[in-house]
Amino acid sequence: MSRREIVLETRNLSMHFGGVRAVENVNFELQEKELRCLIGPNGAGKSTFFKCLTGQLSPSSGDVVIRDIPMTGRESHDIAGLGVGIKTQVPNLFDGLSTKENLWLSARRWHDDKRANILTKETVERLELGEISRSVVGSLAHGQRQMVELGMVIVAEPWLVLLDEPAAGMTDDETQKTAELIKEINTTSALIVVEHDMNFIRAISDKVTLFHQGEILMEDTMDIISADPKAREIYLGHKS
Amino acid sequence: MMRLYGSFRGTLVVASIAVLFTLLAPSIFQFFTIITLTQVIGLSILALSLALVWGFGGVLCFGQSAFFGIGAYAYSVAAVNIGGSTGAILIAMLAAATFATLLGYFVFYGKLSDVYLAVITLTVSLILYSLMRRTSGPEYKIGSALLGGFNGTGSPPLNVPGNSEAMLFPLQTFYVSMGALILAYVFAGWLVTTKFGRVCVSIRENELRTSLLGYDTRLYKLGIFAVSAGIAGLGGVFFCVGVTRVTPDVFSLGQSALAIIWVIVGGRGTLIGPILATFVLYFLTASLGSQQLMNTNLVLGGILVIFVLLVPSGVIPSIAKWFDLRRVKKFSKLKERRLKMRKHRSVG
Repeated sequence: MSRREIVLETRNLSMHFGGVRAVENVNFELQEKELRCLIGPNGAGKSTFFKCLTGQLSPSSGDVVIRDIPMTGRESHDIAGLGVGIKTQVPNLFDGLSTKENLWLSARRWHDDKRANILTKETVERLELGEISRSVVGSLAHGQRQMVELGMVIVAEPWLVLLDEPAAGMTDDETQKTAELIKEINTTSALIVVEHDMNFIRAISDKVTLFHQGEILMEDTMDIISADPKAREIYLGHKS
Repeated sequence: MMRLYGSFRGTLVVASIAVLFTLLAPSIFQFFTIITLTQVIGLSILALSLALVWGFGGVLCFGQSAFFGIGAYAYSVAAVNIGGSTGAILIAMLAAATFATLLGYFVFYGKLSDVYLAVITLTVSLILYSLMRRTSGPEYKIGSALLGGFNGTGSPPLNVPGNSEAMLFPLQTFYVSMGALILAYVFAGWLVTTKFGRVCVSIRENELRTSLLGYDTRLYKLGIFAVSAGIAGLGGVFFCVGVTRVTPDVFSLGQSALAIIWVIVGGRGTLIGPILATFVLYFLTASLGSQQLMNTNLVLGGILVIFVLLVPSGVIPSIAKWFDLRRVKKFSKLKERRLKMRKHRSVG
């Protein structure tokens, strides 16, 4: 099997908040068109690690390298400017604007007016957002807001997608739709997905990284991780 | 093209009405009112500049009057030294925009929060106020223009471009001022419909999200800050031309607060609202002041409190919302009536 290009890498990445070691010496690699889920109990350091990758936090030490470009401590817009799509844990939208306007602003970053309009229309159809396309997103339900934010990520046609809990607060139908969408995105892009929902992770991912106390404990398939006694004790909260 | 706040067609309609007003004003108002209007036009350009940077860019600049004052002083000094008004107007706008760019660079690239920006801009304005009051000696002059300290310095009238001897009469000055206001309004209206303007609106809505989309929010904020300062500088020019001199009062706390009140009353997220609010509040306080019925500052304070508590979105957005609600109600009634008719038919 030929080894694909590494598109994202962290080397000895650490993030400390005073005496708290939220992330400690994390060495992580993501290959081209790979879909990796990050799991772990609350406080394991997944979200802090995610924020270091997206430029929301500047790491205490170590490196973040994206496509051989050192991005440690760079601003979020520099990282997104490489063509990286980012969705945060809490839906992060332009609440006073409509669904269409939210999508358009994302598309317009990369394309001219005409192409941005076409992509916006296509994304509205693809995600079945027609009914809420003119609604102000501040008035939408949580699941709908999650979907709009996913739309904002994919409308920009990124080559690397970083999603923090994309299925949180969604209905079963919406979760299934999101899983299918993520698989579809993965045909052209590499993804990192931080998630808690085990069934959702099983549905989308081949390889999973388990975080524990700021460090990577295991990297393997979900089936192997869930069969591992230590992982079960840490993550699922019971001994085998 | 996506809507994303306001349409340029609407801006052009409002601008056309303003042109009509300009042509009719001399036959409606007395000569003295026309002269006063020129000053108010300067102030309304200041309100427009704050409406742009605060209402659309989300940057609360509490010291917008600093740029207004810099524009007024730069014009007066440049016009005296150059001997003509056309170049002086451009210098005034450029001076205000350059000062804002320098100040904004440290504020935005220093990642200071919005609250600090408001405090810093107000402080800068008050420093300039204090500084200009201390320039009363003959040694304080730029070229041949004395700064004049507390009493300020004289502002030369406008002249025909290319002919500094041909001074404009007050009515002609009024026409030019209105032309400047209309141009500034159309420019601002156009700007908010461009990609730049829309990204500024998105920063106002959610700066982190805008950054996560790959936009350098600092650059956009700095851009709208500098542009609005240039517009404020233009306002300063017409204000000092209307008053015929500029004093340190243009940098005062009262002047800064007035601009905020005009935008709050007119409404954030609209350009015409703050302009209209400037005209209405200016003439309201002027008439109350002349009759000495009550303290005008008390009236303005009362208006501010009422608007903040009862009409927080301002007059124009509230009127627009009311029309929207009426339209929705009308539409739902129509839908209900149709459903009833359909039911009737099916029963029949």
